[in-house]
Amino acid sequence: MTQAPPVLPLHMRRDHFDPVAELAEVRESEGVRRVTSTFGRPAWLVARHDDVRDVLADATRFSNASQLAFSMPGDTRTDEEKRRAMAGQMLATDPPDHTRLRRFLTPEFTVRRMKRLEPRIVEIVEQHLDAMEAAGSPADLVPSFALPIPSLVICELLGVPYADREEFQQRTARQLDLSIPMPERIALQREGRAYMEKLVAGAKADPGEDMLGMLVREHGEEISDDELAGLASLLLIAGHETTSNMLGLGTLALLRHPDQLALVRDDPDAVVPAVEELMRWLSIVHTGVARTTTQDVEIAGQQIPEGELVLCALPSANRDPSFIDDPDTFDVKRGSMGHIAFGHGVHHCLGAPLARMEMRIAFPALLRRFPDLASALPFDEIPFRAYHFIYGLHSLPVTW
Amino acid sequence: MKIVADRDVCIGAGLCVGTSDTVFDQDDDGIVVVLVEDPQGADADLAREAVSLCPSSALKVVD
Repeated sequence: MTQAPPVLPLHMRRDHFDPVAELAEVRESEGVRRVTSTFGRPAWLVARHDDVRDVLADATRFSNASQLAFSMPGDTRTDEEKRRAMAGQMLATDPPDHTRLRRFLTPEFTVRRMKRLEPRIVEIVEQHLDAMEAAGSPADLVPSFALPIPSLVICELLGVPYADREEFQQRTARQLDLSIPMPERIALQREGRAYMEKLVAGAKADPGEDMLGMLVREHGEEISDDELAGLASLLLIAGHETTSNMLGLGTLALLRHPDQLALVRDDPDAVVPAVEELMRWLSIVHTGVARTTTQDVEIAGQQIPEGELVLCALPSANRDPSFIDDPDTFDVKRGSMGHIAFGHGVHHCLGAPLARMEMRIAFPALLRRFPDLASALPFDEIPFRAYHFIYGLHSLPVTW
Repeated sequence: MKIVADRDVCIGAGLCVGTSDTVFDQDDDGIVVVLVEDPQGADADLAREAVSLCPSSALKVVD
């Protein structure tokens, strides 16, 4: 027996590829509106590009470290369990704690380091395309391409056995799904935690050449086991739930714009801007973590007292006409890095260079391998993933 | 113009290197290194863009 899904908060509502009209209306009128947050609390939704950038850039007045943003009604965990589960959770920290944690990982995500990974990512992409081709048309692009490629990449990088992937893929997907009842999501959180603690213990006993091994070898004295488990959990979840949704939703966006798909397929110079435009236009992260005001503030003329939640609507900000002309039009030729789909400020996506590289390799490789790729479902029957903290597709049946 | 980087606040996002790898680099820890402090012409434009993109506000243009 499944219960009716909760009413979707405004900041998560979409109309296929687009944020709902009501969100644009907030942006074009007062710019900031009192709404109900994901967990049923009042929050201020910020909808304009410049205001969102200002909030995200200011970790002093807009804190990530407040428990308010993370406390969920019906959460049965003890305070001690919650405290341990939050250790190493960079998205729940402010500088200088955040700076300390992030600096353990920045060497692993440099532009140069990503270039060294490139041949392996190309190989992983080609292997998955080979398997799709061998199995033949039709296929579901999500489990055969969009999900396993980033999954294998992050597993190899981190040092997570790929054989375990199905278990944690299912777990993380359900953990972040608002329509799943809270007790089940808490149970999944606990299972995920236990799994990660086991991996950390293994890495401590025998540190490998992967990222967990590196953290143990180079920072083992400075970083607690809880922090290690928290950092690894964050990377594993972030590595699964982001690029995979961009690959699925992005492919559908290209299929709906055949002239632009042809550009990405045929012109290598078109790929880099196309990935940026896909990021901007789709903005799959609705808001990221809610900030909590540490003092009375004013946003777009609205007074907001200390101790209140602030949500930054990334899809709305990325479609602000004061940021970009004709914002609702998808145009791969104009893509540039000024969008804030990866966030902004000190919490700007750590894995952005990896995500960009995966997308720059995967989209053109898919389109070149299957030049006749087409959706097997009418557009209105394609299942968009509405109730999830990160937007995407449940599945994308395709033919070629 | 002169480009100044605050290496203490840099988070190593690498957007500057992605914008111009002539003007910017990252050290082994991922932290920004300014290769050309007074970029000229097209490099100056790219450097300004990198300053505006920098997520942690670690980059500034002085003068």
